[in-house]
Amino acid sequence: MMKAIKQVLGDNLRQYTMVLALVVLMLVFNVISGGRMMTSSNFQNLLSGNAYVLILALGMLMVIVIGQIDLSVGSVAGFSGMVMALVAKNLNVPWYVAVLIALAIGALVGAWNGFFLAKLGIPGFITTLGSMMMFRGGVIWISQSISVPAPEELRFFGAGYMPEWGPKFTGMNNSTLLLGLIGIAVFIFFESRKYKRSAALSAEKTPLWPVVARIILVSVIIGYFTWLFGSGREGTSFPIPGLILLILVIIYHTITERTRFGRHVYAVGGNKSAAALSGVNVSRTYFLTMMNMSMLAAVAGILFVGRSTAAGPSDGNSWEMDAIASVFIGGASVSGGVGTIRATMVGGMVMAVLNNGLMLMGVGADKTQVIKGLVLLLAVAFDVYNKKAGKESFIDKLLGGNKKEEK
Amino acid sequence: MSQKPLILEMRGITKEFPGVRALDNVTLMVAEDSIHSICGENGAGKSTLMKVLSGVYPHGTYYGKIFFNRKEVKFRNIKESEQAGIAIIHQELTMIPELSITENIFMGNELTKKGMIDWHEERKRTVEILKKVGLSINPDTLIKHLGVGQQQLVEIAKALSKNVKLLILDEPTSALNEDDSANLLELMRDLKKRGITCIMISHKLNEIAAISDAVTVIRDGQTVESYDVIAGQVDEDKIIKSMVGRSIENRYPEHESKPGEVIFEVKDWCVEDPEVPGRLVCKNSTFNVRAGEIVGFAGLMGAGRTELMRSIFGHNYGVFKGGTMKIRGKEVTLKSVEDAIANGIAYVPEDRKNLGLNLLDSIRKTVVSADLKKITTGGLLDFDKELSASEEYRSALRIKCSNVNVGVNTLSGGNQQKVVLSKWMFTEPDLLILDEPTRGIDVGAKYEIYKLIHELAAQGKAVIMVSSELPELLGVVDRIYTIFEGTITGELMASEASQESLMKRMTETSGS
Repeated sequence: MMKAIKQVLGDNLRQYTMVLALVVLMLVFNVISGGRMMTSSNFQNLLSGNAYVLILALGMLMVIVIGQIDLSVGSVAGFSGMVMALVAKNLNVPWYVAVLIALAIGALVGAWNGFFLAKLGIPGFITTLGSMMMFRGGVIWISQSISVPAPEELRFFGAGYMPEWGPKFTGMNNSTLLLGLIGIAVFIFFESRKYKRSAALSAEKTPLWPVVARIILVSVIIGYFTWLFGSGREGTSFPIPGLILLILVIIYHTITERTRFGRHVYAVGGNKSAAALSGVNVSRTYFLTMMNMSMLAAVAGILFVGRSTAAGPSDGNSWEMDAIASVFIGGASVSGGVGTIRATMVGGMVMAVLNNGLMLMGVGADKTQVIKGLVLLLAVAFDVYNKKAGKESFIDKLLGGNKKEEK
Repeated sequence: MSQKPLILEMRGITKEFPGVRALDNVTLMVAEDSIHSICGENGAGKSTLMKVLSGVYPHGTYYGKIFFNRKEVKFRNIKESEQAGIAIIHQELTMIPELSITENIFMGNELTKKGMIDWHEERKRTVEILKKVGLSINPDTLIKHLGVGQQQLVEIAKALSKNVKLLILDEPTSALNEDDSANLLELMRDLKKRGITCIMISHKLNEIAAISDAVTVIRDGQTVESYDVIAGQVDEDKIIKSMVGRSIENRYPEHESKPGEVIFEVKDWCVEDPEVPGRLVCKNSTFNVRAGEIVGFAGLMGAGRTELMRSIFGHNYGVFKGGTMKIRGKEVTLKSVEDAIANGIAYVPEDRKNLGLNLLDSIRKTVVSADLKKITTGGLLDFDKELSASEEYRSALRIKCSNVNVGVNTLSGGNQQKVVLSKWMFTEPDLLILDEPTRGIDVGAKYEIYKLIHELAAQGKAVIMVSSELPELLGVVDRIYTIFEGTITGELMASEASQESLMKRMTETSGS
């Protein structure tokens, strides 16, 4: 039983601990809330309502992997969003110009943070603590503490849906269906390529069935969520912010896993001196990582403004904390060098589901905060405990226990 | 030995670490009111012996007996040995730079009055103690504002404040300039007159010769000899002979070198210590390496070998102060490690765990890490190329591992070093700089690494090997430069060199 599962999921089952926790959370909340968790509208909401935090977590993962932290992301998101709204309203420029200006502001702030870290060697914690205060003050200053309405067009990015088209008999939004099918096709393509290559490399005949089992498992999951997102009321689909997030996840997964820059990020975080002696430009890596973070913060700010149709002076308050928590729940190491985009997304989803589920249960924001704090602490403690002892993972134990019972 | 009574007797000291016997039945007798020097190569066991004496290794973790002032002592920690009157001044200064002299001197022994620190009394006593070591500076001065020489004196003052009777100085002058060194030696003579016995560990034979009353030579964890001397009339050659006197067995593979053209030349290379402005760690270094040649750099720890190599490797260390570099006759300026790698230089650092490897990485990722461009196609890393490269080096270098995806932290020292070598061989360098490539590696793996070095030279690569193990250099390389205090002091063909002739150039003997 255990061996079969390992063949399907890969040797390192520990990485699925948090996935399992996520699934359990969803199911538990679904039962407690009387089935209101796993509904189309709830999941569409959950995704558009949390996309901005997950986008921040993408950049934060890289910042934490290089061994730094960025506290300014919430303020920067709020500031860029506010500038965008003000520019669009007062200067009468098209919405996309305003968006570009917001992104440019993100890049500039990132360069500022990166300069102090990379060139002057001031720790990111201090640099970005300064930026956090500066830009929080900046938002209130330029907005005079008043909300500013945002261009209508942005609503599409913040809370829009994909178009309806094609035949009705599918019973769901066909854009979502197409997305789901593409997802399954891509997964099958990569799995079969991997299988062919491993077969070509090793002399032993690798069995085909784990690959098939894996494909079926993933297809069922994608299929379920395609149905969940696509079968909502007329005019809804997989949300646009979710789509933007999905594209960014693919891009950043590729950057961290498949590019030289990504390797440099892990090298600098793992051992700065060894990286420098291997020809890695450490200060450039610091600079680009910080700059990238603030640009993503601007993206998050734009999406949030789009969703709420106005830029408010308190937008982005303590978003950095949610982003940092997502990264650490995803198993990244405080000392740097460890962490993945995939695990961070799972960590972010745990936070999102927790928020959403507690809200469905009618738990107030005060108690939600307490519970989120506890979950963060427990998740990290569990992770540290697991790694320290070199113990078998939670799943190993669970399934290992099952095996004994079978006997 | 001496007519004077013994202040310290260490009898039959044996100290074992897992797999190594660091000290084997060592005996040390130190007479009262004398300066006793301990000599030996790096790793001979001098520091271990002093750690046994000062209680760093508590009683019970070693065999043998220690008598101090004719009473047997069993120290369980440093505090106890300090109370008995033994103080150790380490090679690395151990004071806190951001605190004042007073605060450092009374660190851990603060004088208190009603639970509060009695600053007035502490300052008063500090001034008195500083006078004893010949310093007249404000006791509120922060340590970081003192020169290295003055810091050393404050360190000694701190020991004196504890009523020390036996002062151990471990390489006390290694970081000092000549004036400060002379000053320190004068202070030691002065302390002797005031009834404080000193044990000095040093590589500088001229200093030993100048002030010692007795000399003990330790080699491979054993006392070789111990005798009284008259300060100023010490036979330095005799000490050298006993320091290195071991036979070279057949621990090195046979090889025949065919040096080609000079492909790497360095002229008048000067580097300044980044921490201590004005102190040059490399002074006008000039050397060359031929294709297919293995060139050794012999020098004791702290001589500036590593600093020179890291400076050559794209100014990775220190402040570059001047000098030219030619690769294949063409002058080049390498401003970064990236440049150095692009110009065909590779550097295997001496500190494998802190500088050579990212211990979080797998073998597979480490092997390609210094030349990721080679496995990049269309902007993306090609995992197939990565895998085949790591598999290739795994089998070529016989790296023992279950597969290339395991973390490098799971490997033994020898296999880790092979992974580091693979990483640099993967960059296909013309010049390979190996800094202490066999440190902390067992004999079998050492042999394999020597063979690998020979193979690389046979392929026409120029190899620089830095080592403080002289037999290793004599057994492996073709030509040797000796380096002392940042200066290249000699150049010898390995076939004509002996351990004695090298050691003479690596230490500051008064004759040369």
